Amino acid sequence: MIKVKINGRERTFDGDPEMPLLWFLRDELDMTGTKFGCGAGLCGACTVHRNGEAIRSCTTAMKDVAGKTITTVEGLSANGDHPLQKAWMQANVPQCGYCQTGQIMHAAAFLKKNHHPTDDEIDAAMSGNICRCGTYQRIRAAIKTAAKEMA
Amino acid sequence: MSIENVSRRNFLGGVFSAGALVLAARILPEEALADTNEYHGKAASAALRPSIYLGVEPDGTVYIVTHRSEMGTGIRTTLPLVAADELDADWSKVKIEQGIGDKRYGDQNTDGSKSIRGFFVAFREAGASARTMLVQAAAAQWGVSASECKAQLHVVTHTPSGRKLSYGELAQAAGKLPVPKPEALQFKPKSEWRYIGKESQIADLADICTGKAVFGMDVKRPGMLYASVERPPVMGGSVQSMDDKAALQVRGVKQTASIDPFKPPYTFQPLGGVAVIADSTWAAFQGRKKLKIEWNNGANASHDSEQYKKELLETARKPGKVVRNIGDVDAAFAKGGKIVDAEYYVPLLAHATMEPPVALAEFRDGKVEAWVPTQNPQAVQDTVAGALGIKPEDVTCHVTLLGGGFGRKSKPDYVAEAAILSKKTGKPIKLVWSREDDLRFDYYHAVAGMYHKAAMDDKGKTTAWLHRSVFPSISSMNDASSMYGFNVEYGMGLNDMPFDIPNHRAENGPAKAHVRIGWLRSVANIYHVFSGLSFADELAHAAGRDPLEYQLELIGNGRIIDFKSQGVADYWNYGESYEKFPFDTARLRKVLEIAGEKSGWGKRKPGNGWGIGVAASRSFTSYVASVVEVEVDKNGKIHIPRTWQVADVGMVINPDRVRSQFEGAAVMGASIALSGEISLSDGRVKQSNFNTYPVARMNQAPLRTDVHIVESSALPGGVGEPGVPPFVPAFANAVFAATGKRVRELPFSKHKLV
Ligand code: FES
Ligand code: FES
Repeated sequence: MIKVKINGRERTFDGDPEMPLLWFLRDELDMTGTKFGCGAGLCGACTVHRNGEAIRSCTTAMKDVAGKTITTVEGLSANGDHPLQKAWMQANVPQCGYCQTGQIMHAAAFLKKNHHPTDDEIDAAMSGNICRCGTYQRIRAAIKTAAKEMA
Repeated sequence: MSIENVSRRNFLGGVFSAGALVLAARILPEEALADTNEYHGKAASAALRPSIYLGVEPDGTVYIVTHRSEMGTGIRTTLPLVAADELDADWSKVKIEQGIGDKRYGDQNTDGSKSIRGFFVAFREAGASARTMLVQAAAAQWGVSASECKAQLHVVTHTPSGRKLSYGELAQAAGKLPVPKPEALQFKPKSEWRYIGKESQIADLADICTGKAVFGMDVKRPGMLYASVERPPVMGGSVQSMDDKAALQVRGVKQTASIDPFKPPYTFQPLGGVAVIADSTWAAFQGRKKLKIEWNNGANASHDSEQYKKELLETARKPGKVVRNIGDVDAAFAKGGKIVDAEYYVPLLAHATMEPPVALAEFRDGKVEAWVPTQNPQAVQDTVAGALGIKPEDVTCHVTLLGGGFGRKSKPDYVAEAAILSKKTGKPIKLVWSREDDLRFDYYHAVAGMYHKAAMDDKGKTTAWLHRSVFPSISSMNDASSMYGFNVEYGMGLNDMPFDIPNHRAENGPAKAHVRIGWLRSVANIYHVFSGLSFADELAHAAGRDPLEYQLELIGNGRIIDFKSQGVADYWNYGESYEKFPFDTARLRKVLEIAGEKSGWGKRKPGNGWGIGVAASRSFTSYVASVVEVEVDKNGKIHIPRTWQVADVGMVINPDRVRSQFEGAAVMGASIALSGEISLSDGRVKQSNFNTYPVARMNQAPLRTDVHIVESSALPGGVGEPGVPPFVPAFANAVFAATGKRVRELPFSKHKLV
């Protein structure tokens, strides 16, 4: 039996401990804001926070989140008003939108460490997150807007 | 096209209250709508309802249904904006609803950049009709002339007296009036447009940013099981023998089930294979790894991309089927002068939508209900019906948001798989494609080999141009013996080159398909415009001229191209009438000229690892010029500091969504040029995930793309696709300017640039 705290709530899991967290979130808890894009740690669509750090939930087994604290996009802010979410809406970042929760979650962990990121630092930090629709320049702009608000 | 009042027909089931004014805009004959009293019995379930209509409820809520699919263009918001503007509705009182698949509503295939082109008028008429009726109802109530009343922001006002009635208060009375004839409608003057051409936000913005938006991957039904399919590794193969013992031992796996291979031609049928059905996606994936299958590989098992490339390029060296002819290229070449020729090659490409194909289907009592991220819900109905031997009207297709489409999700093979499995298991089945499935079993963008040859006089003027193109055609989808392309593929950069050259011939050579061929954002334009506009750049350099100036000279004077007199019997023109949407080279010249100004073209001398390139093309009836600036470092690493996309797309409804499409097209163009390649050996696709099929990431995409929209009152043209074609050659031309290396074979990653 694995215990894990997700968005402030204690959850238990008694399936295959090798199953990635992504499928526990999506298939069992119906928390579908975390997306499946590649299943191999290559696209970032499945990004969540484990003890505050951005991880790829598609390649993180349930046994590796036992006793940990997980935050998903559903728990990022109470009213969808995290500075990144506000900046995202202000810049009209999303096109299809499928990658965007992963982008926001990755950016949120990044901004906690770097309050005044440069273009190059943003590019380096965000290049693990693919957006096939090509919203990168707006993502970069939105991260800067949010960084200003958070600083 | 006509609009009629359907309030009294119970047409919309229980969606609207009895007093609502409900208008249906249709492009089908009257009878198609008239025979129906009921809408699948599902309309009352609220969230998903049919196509083009607009309704006003007595509480003032305006419902606008969009029957086109949302895959990132913003169309789900943009078409309703058109109707809301003509209605002069308060946008905060508008509820957008997604239409399900239903042919009574006309074309729903969200493809070909044609949603606005095809439905601007219908939505405008729907809004104008409702407004007219509301005004008439108010005038009747007050006993005044309608001409003294004005509809504004959800309220009708009697101007002389200042009396007011809200749309909601009028809905019931207006619902009893006849619908005005389209020719009697008066549209709002441009000066009064409230939403058209103004900045607005997509309806799903907040849901997307908070994880609440529902994509196909996110749908669930009670009792649902998950499925993953092991498909024949070679196209046309089938299962010879199968051992599922180990798979059935995997925790969570419930059963396995087979899916028959397609009967040629491949159309939208499933590829066949063995499905593992389980209680989670993960268990289905794990079980699948344990299947032991022997395959019959069939005729495509020896297919090899390297060998095939040689064949395509050899064929391109031989005369082919003539698809356009001006003057006499052979006579011109015989005269001598400077001759330039080159081979070009573009490999197979995959769509790689961020959300892989996925479908949820529930078979019950001989009927199917499906929840699908599809561009083409009516094809879902037809395909599922065909696969199960039921009637298309017994298939209900709910359309979710799409995590990208790019043409892949027009082809519903994946929905048929889910439906077949649901019928076999008696459970709702969610069928999930892995990324590996997506890249290995796509309907690929065609590989193409091209040959260009030109003659130049002593002043550097191009006097003759031969363009040959050889590619496996999309028509192989419906014709297993297909060897040639068809007018749709020709009309995308092969028989519509805009250059004014006295001797020009375009030819298409034969090629057989060994994988499923489909269409990817901008389709045959990708290879034709890449090779044609790269070759134009080659000619400029051969003539010692500035590439932008030379492209303008090649285009020549502003004129309407007369394809008929040039041996183009059935010019496609993106399905539009040539009178309404002629190929006007003046508009092409203009986007190029603006691109030159905006980018400061000619101010900095290229070389030493810095370069700039330009290309322009017309596609989907829109005109686009791309300028791309590159830096290539000592290791050959390419950086794109800046690009300019200048677009004349005619009249613009939603400027921000136009800009975002052109920004995105630049990134997709960068992916195609930098690293896009699907290749096969032994008939099997070699790539598997984003490590072997890389797409542009933030640090590879343009750092900045400036989109300039040309002010225009021309009929609206396409937006989703036309940004891709010119970007790719502009990028290649910039790389040449920076490094002196002419890349004639994509992707760049195959070449050493320095
Ligand atoms: S789905 Fe986890 S990184 Fe792509
Ligand atoms: S918005 Fe579509 S993949 Fe990023």
